[in-house]
Amino acid sequence: MSRLSFGIPFRANAAAALKNASLIEAMRTSTSTFTEKRAEGVAKVPFEQWREEASRIRTEVLDNLPQLIDRFAAAATRAGSIVHRARDAEAAREIVGSILKDRGVRTVVKAKSMVTEEIHLNQYLESMEIRPVETDLGEYIVQIAGEKPSHILAPALHKNRRDIGKLFAEKLGIEYTDDPEVLTKVARRALREEFISADAGLSGVNLAAADTGSIAIFTNEGNGRMVTTLPPIHVAVMTMEKIIPSLADLSLFIRLLPRSATGQTLSSYFSLITGTRKAGEATGARELHIVIVDNGRSRILQGEFRDILKCIRCSACLNVCPVFRAIGGHAYGSTYPGPMGIVLTTLLDGMEKAHPILDGSTLCGACTEVCPVKVPLAGLIASLRRQKVELGFADTNERIGMAGFGMAAGSPSLFAFSQSMAHRLWSVIQRLGRNSAVERLPRPVEQTFRRRMS
Amino acid sequence: MRVQLFGTCLVDTFFPETGEAVVRLLRHFGVEAIFPKDQTCCGKPADSAGYVREARKAALHFLSVFDGQDPIVIPSGSCASMVKNHYPGLFHGDDRMRKKAEETAARTYELSQFLVHVLEAHKAGLSGKGTITYHSSCQLMRELGVREEPLTLLKSLKGAEFVPLPNADRCCGFGGVFMGKMPEVSMALANEKAESVIGTGADTLTGCDHGCLMNIADAIQRRRANVRVRHLASVLAEGL
Repeated sequence: MSRLSFGIPFRANAAAALKNASLIEAMRTSTSTFTEKRAEGVAKVPFEQWREEASRIRTEVLDNLPQLIDRFAAAATRAGSIVHRARDAEAAREIVGSILKDRGVRTVVKAKSMVTEEIHLNQYLESMEIRPVETDLGEYIVQIAGEKPSHILAPALHKNRRDIGKLFAEKLGIEYTDDPEVLTKVARRALREEFISADAGLSGVNLAAADTGSIAIFTNEGNGRMVTTLPPIHVAVMTMEKIIPSLADLSLFIRLLPRSATGQTLSSYFSLITGTRKAGEATGARELHIVIVDNGRSRILQGEFRDILKCIRCSACLNVCPVFRAIGGHAYGSTYPGPMGIVLTTLLDGMEKAHPILDGSTLCGACTEVCPVKVPLAGLIASLRRQKVELGFADTNERIGMAGFGMAAGSPSLFAFSQSMAHRLWSVIQRLGRNSAVERLPRPVEQTFRRRMS
Repeated sequence: MRVQLFGTCLVDTFFPETGEAVVRLLRHFGVEAIFPKDQTCCGKPADSAGYVREARKAALHFLSVFDGQDPIVIPSGSCASMVKNHYPGLFHGDDRMRKKAEETAARTYELSQFLVHVLEAHKAGLSGKGTITYHSSCQLMRELGVREEPLTLLKSLKGAEFVPLPNADRCCGFGGVFMGKMPEVSMALANEKAESVIGTGADTLTGCDHGCLMNIADAIQRRRANVRVRHLASVLAEGL
């Protein structure tokens, strides 16, 4: 059975991306910098040991996730936070929307958060006439360009500084410059105003400690700290698997995540927030809401692909993936791109929509090799391809070809016959295979190795 | 000593001279290579594309053809890894076949593994020529853990100079079925790899997988660059 389906037009997106010279240049340069810096950073520490330990902790989390979430919620509540649970994206949007609306919030400053992308929060808030302002520089660039992040850590990775210079000149009315320092200052000035005047702050969560109810946020620009401390209200949105058992476990991840991402020893800023501002404290939100989003993860947790929930979003697998670095994140047509994105998107959005992106891996295994919590990414992609075939989402030509392959693989005479036909009909095959990989193959020989050996 | 030689479909169909080089090379070290005539394909393309039933068919055929106790030598990292790492998992719930797959996996070697670990060919003072660079194929390196063996062999060649390839461990974009399904991306990756190869100034590119070599060779040819692309077996057999 083959199903007619209209999934993400991945091959066309990828082919279009390959024609975008500035995208290609930006991707090559930035992913190379990331991977080189990472390699240097990782070489200085006993990274394999860290990896082993981090993988163990993350597996333990998955084994006990419902209990850990309850424990986290209880501890966070004791510390003065208000904990909400959202079953799906719609519920999460409504929770955040009504928190902000009930308090008369007009402008909300945001620190980078992939889950708010996943639940399409910004559009929803705008529809309620609440203005979300992205304050991570890359995210700010993407927002004023009217785009989506192309990378889970560096949202504007697909743009080079000339693109950004043009964008700022057009949208912010400044004189064109591609000097990163000047551009950063322009953004910083605009964002200062927003930080001071915003009614609420919205952030993601990198990790959450179940024993203390604390949330940890890593940033490199300090905007996370502004968002979570300046406005009177802070709403933190997290997916349920961001939990770790204890605050003590955080010490490993503080070191592991930035090093795996960019080779940094630590992120430039690190916020650890336990509840609201206490009497006598000078900073901190007076009201802290933590929204824990499931959105399909409880289901993933029960299945054979649950290891993807170990992911801590360091983005090392994106940077090292040959396909991602060639085409960038937008081609995937999903919130999460690259190897972790292929797996998570297929599980979150379903096979019907996502199956084309399963083709976006050479199964080279660089992702599996680099993952700091040992998610077997290439293996998961291969298993999802199996599921795709079982569910009938493979295309008809491929299924016929593979059925033929199966027969030939089981029959030496049919196998030899196919070789000889391929040799003889090569010009026909080449014509039929125009614009396909066939054009790039040499002609099959007449005297095959098996013939020479018989 | 006697081994069973699995030619691989690419060698069999496109590059028989590589197969002959393997035979010559093994003979040089006193090893007789038997070519079981009923061999077909290891099933890797089906396995990578998600076709378990077809992959299992190929595996069952392979396991029956390559019966016995002799070591199995395969001049390809991805085919060798298919047999060594992927076959046992195809027989989930079938203990008898799974056990047979595991036994077969244990006596299967990728060519450079066999040359270094069994024959110690790197100590034999083989000779070569020109300047040679090497592309490290993905399954060979990451699934079989074969990183140093081919380099050890190449560096042992008298009269040849080895030049390292920048980003040698970055995928060339072949990926078996990937080349067919995402031809544009595959070509882009091959182009980048070809540029790296040409940039080394080497006159020969070698590697242990004809899939990758074929992909890179095409990109090199399109640039009309003067670089020979040869399987490791051919490079090593050249000076015999």
